[in-house]
Amino acid sequence: MRWIWIDRFLEFERGKSATAVKNVSLAEEHLHDHWEPYPIMPVSLMIEGMAQTAGILVGEARGFREKVILAKVAKAEINDLVTPGDQITYRAEIETISPEAASTRGTVLRNGEPIGEINLLFSHIDQNLAGTEFPEENFVFTGQFERLIAPLLESVDD
Amino acid sequence: MPMTEEEVFENVQEVLVEALGVDDDEVTAEAKISADLGAESIDYLDITFRLEKAFDIKIPRGELVPEQLLNNPEYVKDGRLTPEGLVQLKERMTHADLTEFEKDPEVAKIMDLFTVQTIVNYVMNKVNG
Repeated sequence: MRWIWIDRFLEFERGKSATAVKNVSLAEEHLHDHWEPYPIMPVSLMIEGMAQTAGILVGEARGFREKVILAKVAKAEINDLVTPGDQITYRAEIETISPEAASTRGTVLRNGEPIGEINLLFSHIDQNLAGTEFPEENFVFTGQFERLIAPLLESVDD
Repeated sequence: MPMTEEEVFENVQEVLVEALGVDDDEVTAEAKISADLGAESIDYLDITFRLEKAFDIKIPRGELVPEQLLNNPEYVKDGRLTPEGLVQLKERMTHADLTEFEKDPEVAKIMDLFTVQTIVNYVMNKVNG
């Protein structure tokens, strides 16, 4: 099983930008521990949601040939709480992409209103600076991620 | 119009403050990017991207940080640069002061060559030709 922290892509512009949404539900077990008297969506999981949105955008830009790994959270600022029943929107855009890495800028919205920014740096680890070798199989992009963007890619390809 | 060294320094300072989360006053000309400002390897990519954007320049891989040189066994032996390696480093890092490093070219000390001034010199060459 893999934790997917986005429910659906709404927009996908190859190599440029992507928008995904996540509906926060009290049926999610982690909210019962964070916190029982007042459940709120952890910011760390919003960073993961943005990393999945932006990471798929970066991966698709190179035809999923690269293993795209979150290397650095350059900025993460969330200014309000997200609670069950809210919808989070992650808007990500590629700022720079090179053979070895990519940087993205992202806006987080709660029910359509901006509540923060998450800017990330991804490494294409096969092109990493230390020259370390990794398994040939692309363990980052599996079927689950591809299925998430498949409907939007069809419209991009048309 | 060519940029002055002061203008370049101010922009480099801003880039480093944003990339490394350090304070303005820590980013002095002599500050070492890794040892003093805490940069890790991935931060060099972040810095490169930010410099490209801030100065509207292209920084080809290996130009600012000649990392490929260190993976070449011809240039590194027993943890030190060989004479050939040193020649290569000098050719590639004209923006750095290698005087001290040359005396004992230990690979582990190579990151100490990257000071704020090294980056300022590199950018000055790029923007002013």
